[in-house]
Amino acid sequence: MVGDSDVVCVNHVSKRYGDQAVLKDIHFSIRKGEIFGLLGPSGAGKTTLVKQLAGLEVPTDGENVIFQQRMPSLQIMKRIGYMGQSDALYGELSAKENLEFFAAIYGLKRKERLQRIPEVLKIVNLAGTEKKLVSSFSGGMKRRLSLAISLLHEPELLILDEPTVGIDPVLRKSIWQTFDRLKSNGTTIIVTTHVMDEAEKCDRLGLLRDGKLIAIGTPTELMADTSSQSIEEAFLVYGGAVHEN
Amino acid sequence: MRIKALTIRILRQIFRDKRTIALLIFAPILVLTLLHFVFNGSNYEPTIGLVDLPEAVSNSLNSSEAGHFQNYDHMKEAKSAIEQRTIDAYLYMDGSQPSLVLEGSDPTSNRAVMSLLQNAFNSPDKKSAKMDIDFLHGGSELEQFDYIGPILLGFFVFFFVFLIAGVSFLRERTTGTLERLLSTPLKKSEIVFGYVIGFGIFTILQTFLIAAYAIYVLGMYMEGAFSLVIIISLFTALTALTLGILLSSFANNELQMMQFIPIIIVPQIFFSGLFNLEAIPEWLSWIGPLTPLYYTADALTSVMVRGTGWGTIIENILLLTGFSLLFILLNILVLKKHRKI
Repeated sequence: MVGDSDVVCVNHVSKRYGDQAVLKDIHFSIRKGEIFGLLGPSGAGKTTLVKQLAGLEVPTDGENVIFQQRMPSLQIMKRIGYMGQSDALYGELSAKENLEFFAAIYGLKRKERLQRIPEVLKIVNLAGTEKKLVSSFSGGMKRRLSLAISLLHEPELLILDEPTVGIDPVLRKSIWQTFDRLKSNGTTIIVTTHVMDEAEKCDRLGLLRDGKLIAIGTPTELMADTSSQSIEEAFLVYGGAVHEN
Repeated sequence: MRIKALTIRILRQIFRDKRTIALLIFAPILVLTLLHFVFNGSNYEPTIGLVDLPEAVSNSLNSSEAGHFQNYDHMKEAKSAIEQRTIDAYLYMDGSQPSLVLEGSDPTSNRAVMSLLQNAFNSPDKKSAKMDIDFLHGGSELEQFDYIGPILLGFFVFFFVFLIAGVSFLRERTTGTLERLLSTPLKKSEIVFGYVIGFGIFTILQTFLIAAYAIYVLGMYMEGAFSLVIIISLFTALTALTLGILLSSFANNELQMMQFIPIIIVPQIFFSGLFNLEAIPEWLSWIGPLTPLYYTADALTSVMVRGTGWGTIIENILLLTGFSLLFILLNILVLKKHRKI
């Protein structure tokens, strides 16, 4: 199942903290240009897995291969945009100063910065707020600015941990439209979520529960497989099946 | 370029926070000013009661300008005056021998009375005992404030840089910005150097203002070169910065960062020379050389009071650099917890 066109290969990955197993033999791959959703309740291991993919953590067993290179690798990290669960912004600085700072960290030249900053602000609908201090931003604005930062260096792979938490439905819709646009430009996107209606918008889904990948497939496949009407129902069926074992 | 971006960001954050700036610059200025007045205030002039003394003695005492004198005819009057604390001591003749009774509860007034009487009885009459007194360093105009001033200057730099750098790195961790930084190709050493340069620039500015105020406005004793004071402060800041960042890894919030003050900062004051180091019991004296402030204080005192140059402080600077390198190394090890490469 791991092929050459795959951008991300998670190869029998396990992670233990002490005697607590957080990930148990996870194995799957993600193709170029797809939106891959990791779905599961909190504590299922979603964040641990995406942190490994972002190069922040290493597995206890197995390996993560991204763009044909074993993670963590500083070379590959240049090509990844990562947004964690916290907004990770500097409240004392303005939106523009935050963007300028991270753009420089990603190694964007001055000219590229001048061009990219208005672009990403427009993508997340924050144009016109660049002079405002981030501390005066609302929760949704902070989340969008955080997303804008992860888009600055035009990453080929975007890893987003719960990108739409605390964002109202209208904005959530516009953010998903952004994902679709990025996808059509060839960007691969990994999102974690525990919102079921969001899961349906992904090309493929991985269902995580207690550190195990209990199912993987397109939303339609998963629903058909369990003869459910919704992803939520499908998730419960898969989860129940695990319990019966 | 990445280091430059980090430096600019850190400076922006510091200067954006007006209250912290005020704290960093005006708090030391306020404390130094208060100390200046407390230590350099006019000397205490004791009031001494004289009970029925021979005229020669009381005349010679009355000519002294260092105190006030009250003549009493009877011992009883003097006793009640000393109990009401209107006088600090009284002198009476016990047979042919002068005797002194001190109020005794305040060491300052005790000392003032004693030295006044010693001067009055010894100096003018016995011309032979007079000698020339020369000072190798300092001088008779060197006051307590001039001695503790340099140590405090070093302490302020150390304390504030430790606290501000520690808290800002702690926030970097708790707000997730550290994680975000580590998800970029940024090297761990670049983070540490960005912090070092950002806070270094700020410390130069801070020290410049505080030292200039202490020396030129308060008239703190200053024998050596101003530039050396700045250099010593810079290396002190480097040590404080790297220690602050290191310890912030072991704190979960700002309050826990504050908890390091009585454990890490305050003990250093006792071994910095603010109190006479010779008075420290031998079994404790090994602590001093393990504290960075010990070397800062020694270097600053050398330059400001003794007016020495590079030669005498280079050892202190090297030791401070050693501390910093040790802390930087430990920092990079601790950062491994957040990212393996």
